[in-house]
Amino acid sequence: MNINHHLDDATLISYSAGALSQGMALVVASHLSICPQCRERAEHTDAVGGALLESLEPETVADDMLASVLAQLDELPTKQESVPVTPIVMDPEIPAPLREYIHCPLDQLEWKRIVPGVAYYDMPWEGHGVSRLLRIAPGKAMLAHTHNGNELTMVLRGSFSDEVGRFCRGDVADLDDQIEHQPLVDSKADCICLIATDAPLRFTTLFGKLVQPITGF
Amino acid sequence: MKNRPPGEDVDNIVQLSQAEMASADWSDLLGRLAVKPDKSIYARLFNHFAPRVKAYIVRLGVAISAAEEVTQEVMLSVWRKAHMYHPDKAAASTWIFTLARNQSIDWMRKQKYPQYSLDEWSETACESGQGEQEVLSDRVAQAISQLPEKQAQVIYMSYFEGRSHGDIASRLDIPLGSVKSRIRLATEKLKQIWGGDEYEH
Repeated sequence: MNINHHLDDATLISYSAGALSQGMALVVASHLSICPQCRERAEHTDAVGGALLESLEPETVADDMLASVLAQLDELPTKQESVPVTPIVMDPEIPAPLREYIHCPLDQLEWKRIVPGVAYYDMPWEGHGVSRLLRIAPGKAMLAHTHNGNELTMVLRGSFSDEVGRFCRGDVADLDDQIEHQPLVDSKADCICLIATDAPLRFTTLFGKLVQPITGF
Repeated sequence: MKNRPPGEDVDNIVQLSQAEMASADWSDLLGRLAVKPDKSIYARLFNHFAPRVKAYIVRLGVAISAAEEVTQEVMLSVWRKAHMYHPDKAAASTWIFTLARNQSIDWMRKQKYPQYSLDEWSETACESGQGEQEVLSDRVAQAISQLPEKQAQVIYMSYFEGRSHGDIASRLDIPLGSVKSRIRLATEKLKQIWGGDEYEH
């Protein structure tokens, strides 16, 4: 897969630190699962965590914890866990981390329509921002908006273009309040993206502001 | 030691571990555990890492009352998943850090932190040599300690307190963009250790 748009360093640090919301972490993990370049960078940001773990002043643990753990080891399964990593027959369009939550091909999901040509499917959790799949028909544009926080978008199918560039399958748009954009779907088929924000979007046109309540953003 | 498990000489294991702790190479030890389950090796790793794991998860926000239980769970998973560890892929501290992070978050959010890693490590080619990760790990620690205060602060707030960019911004009363640029600057310095690869964004 030819990936042209990658994760921001600041996002990777937050992911390794465990500081991302579920939705944002899901987009990051999904991109990492298909992008060896970013995966290598994530190994480095994980190593920052390892070095920091070593640097901590140790806390006292209960005297009997080791004994209690050792007593449990014999009952624990070890290697058998790794035996058949269930070969999940799955739509290869769906990155591995997303398969935890999506159990059918993308086309069979119960999409909810926002406006003609735009539909969404929410991830099963709530938070400050949104975490959903977004499906946009060819030639349709998202309303122009900027962000109060971060917005992460990974393309699963089709493509879109905005002020930053063209985003195709596997690419991730990692944006924040420095950017105002209006993504336009430029593929022949629908564009399906996994997106997450950590704060509400800020629509920049009057129309956008008026319809914001029904968009769920 | 009251709860001596049947057939296990725990006291001996503990004494041995404390005597040899100082010079042990943790990644090498965990690498040996990956190949063959060995309780005396495990006990040495436990004595070094369990108190650090507990310190970390308490900072991250696991309630004090649950810290012992979560620490125990993390250390049990070290044993259970040891066969998935590759010493040439990550330092022991890095690998155990990711286990502790994931389990703390699972505990705090009652949701699994989306992961790409542990299982898939085996699929990536192992390009670096044995022991290199450990050297790298020392250099990372040194580089972090040399970061300018403002950059170190956002790194600590991320890793030790699990704070999002937005959360750090409001805590420090600075714009979101400043938080991100401080983190990026810190990352640039740390990248020099890894060879400073450049990527497009």
